[in-house]
Amino acid sequence: MELNAKNLEFRELNRQLRQGGSVFHITGCCGQRFIAAGMDGKTITIEGIPGNALGAYLNGASIEVLANAQDAVGDTMNDGQILIHGNIGDAAGYAMRGGRIYVKGSAGYRAGIHMKQYRDKVPVMIIGGVAGSFLGEYQAGGLILVLGMNRGGAPLVGEFPCTGMHGGKMLLRGDVTGIRFPRGVCPRPAGEADLAEILPELERYCGLFGYDRNQVLDAPFTLITPDSGNPYRQMYAAN
Amino acid sequence: MSKKEGQIRIPSGCAIAAVISREGRRMSGEKIVEAMKPMHARSNGLGGGFAAYGIYPQYRDFYAFHLFFDNRDARKDCERYLKENFEIVQAEVIPTRNLPQITNVPMIWRYFLSPFASVLVRENIREEDLVSRTVMTINEGMDGAYVFSSGKNMGAFKAVGYPEDVGAFYKLEEYQGYSWTAHGRYPTNTPGWWGGAHPFTLLDYSIVHNGEISSYDANRRFLEMFGYRCSLQTDTEVIAYMMDYLLRVQKLSLEDAAAVAAAPFWSTIENNPDPKERQRLTYLRTVFPSLLITGPFSIVLGFNGGLMALNDRLKLRSMVTGEKDDLVFIASEEAAIRVMEPEAENIHAPAGGQAVIVKVKEGAY
Repeated sequence: MELNAKNLEFRELNRQLRQGGSVFHITGCCGQRFIAAGMDGKTITIEGIPGNALGAYLNGASIEVLANAQDAVGDTMNDGQILIHGNIGDAAGYAMRGGRIYVKGSAGYRAGIHMKQYRDKVPVMIIGGVAGSFLGEYQAGGLILVLGMNRGGAPLVGEFPCTGMHGGKMLLRGDVTGIRFPRGVCPRPAGEADLAEILPELERYCGLFGYDRNQVLDAPFTLITPDSGNPYRQMYAAN
Repeated sequence: MSKKEGQIRIPSGCAIAAVISREGRRMSGEKIVEAMKPMHARSNGLGGGFAAYGIYPQYRDFYAFHLFFDNRDARKDCERYLKENFEIVQAEVIPTRNLPQITNVPMIWRYFLSPFASVLVRENIREEDLVSRTVMTINEGMDGAYVFSSGKNMGAFKAVGYPEDVGAFYKLEEYQGYSWTAHGRYPTNTPGWWGGAHPFTLLDYSIVHNGEISSYDANRRFLEMFGYRCSLQTDTEVIAYMMDYLLRVQKLSLEDAAAVAAAPFWSTIENNPDPKERQRLTYLRTVFPSLLITGPFSIVLGFNGGLMALNDRLKLRSMVTGEKDDLVFIASEEAAIRVMEPEAENIHAPAGGQAVIVKVKEGAY
């Protein structure tokens, strides 16, 4: 179903999405917030710039954005998929607890902040380019993967990655020698078993965005997990 | 009776936007007003405003004062005070449009002022200092009068309302400027009043700000030692005076002023591989510790001939920049830039503390 969003207020846009139809093609999008919030069973393609909190609380719907997206993409999303062909703003996947966010380009600050997981609910965020500061801040679960493709001279991640990380895992592709990790996490070169585990996601990602799988894999990967003992011993009190 | 700002403290959210022509090409205010529309939900109707540069070329040598008055007596008193130190070259009501969305309208006047040479000599004072002192005296001491713009060949326009309505109210489509900044406000707990809207200005410096700074009192106390009076207790006011102090009084470069306001963490400075840069950052943090701004902010500083955009060092607020030909765009959201220029290029989100400085070609403004 074609949906022209020009001059449509965000409530009205979401109302039309909720009413009938399961496949939508939105054109002329310009800053409408909360698109597809909480929705399931829909497939939505967006031309233009969706506003903040795209796919917040998403519950199974599939969203594809052909350009950049703004802040807080997939805030607290539970299930479904968000594909971004451009870059995303700050705080993508905030407290995400399931589903996938795939970004072809780069992410702003605080991507994957407080991602979490429970049993079979394991959220995945893959960023094709680079990520800003505070990547995976307070990460409690799920997988964050940053590929650093076509990054020129840009640093793979900004300052203070993994600050407060206490669960899940992060994989960074390429040289990480200049990156300062906090004391509470353990970075180590990813082994074959580690890569085999993420390979299905990575292949799917490469297929969707046209990245060459072999080229992506032809680089060292670093796996970061929290120090599993008691990573924040004595930070606030004797424990 | 509800209290005015200055009597209670008001935190704010907000939206900002700006456009500038590096060639000094002047454009009407229509574009910047349009830019605020997709960001409507970032404001709550309790403040909107704009700053425009290059709008008074026929009066470019005079200080353009924009004032709100509560009543005729306040205006008469204020004019009497102005005449002690300035020649009033022109005095007029700022043209506005009646709109149902804009209510409780004060008297809004504009004066083009030239300081008396005799006063400058007698008091041995620079004219910018005289202007600054005049603004502080009126805003702190004269009930019912508030100066909200005092620079040359520039002006601020602000009101209680949504920014797009404020733009229509002031007929900004009739002004031509080479640089425009805009603000939509989202304060809470507020009766709101016109002076509390952004931009906040002093001389030709103007600030629009999205955020809530927690260093307000530390910054204010430091600046009070140099004669600045924060009469509104809104955080943004202090940033405007801070920039005047650092740039005009201390003559710092824009880059250095940015490194004072959004100083990197000590650990970040220590890890900087460039020894000269380490030294510069250490020096600035040491000399101006009280002018570090903490808490979230994204600001656009306007001045004659340019703009500077800056985020707090943790980047707790969003800001995006873009370009097209001679134009540079800055906004809280990319959608606002796309409204001004659908084909905008080089869309970029500057890092926290990384100043974006845009200057108009010398001689073109």
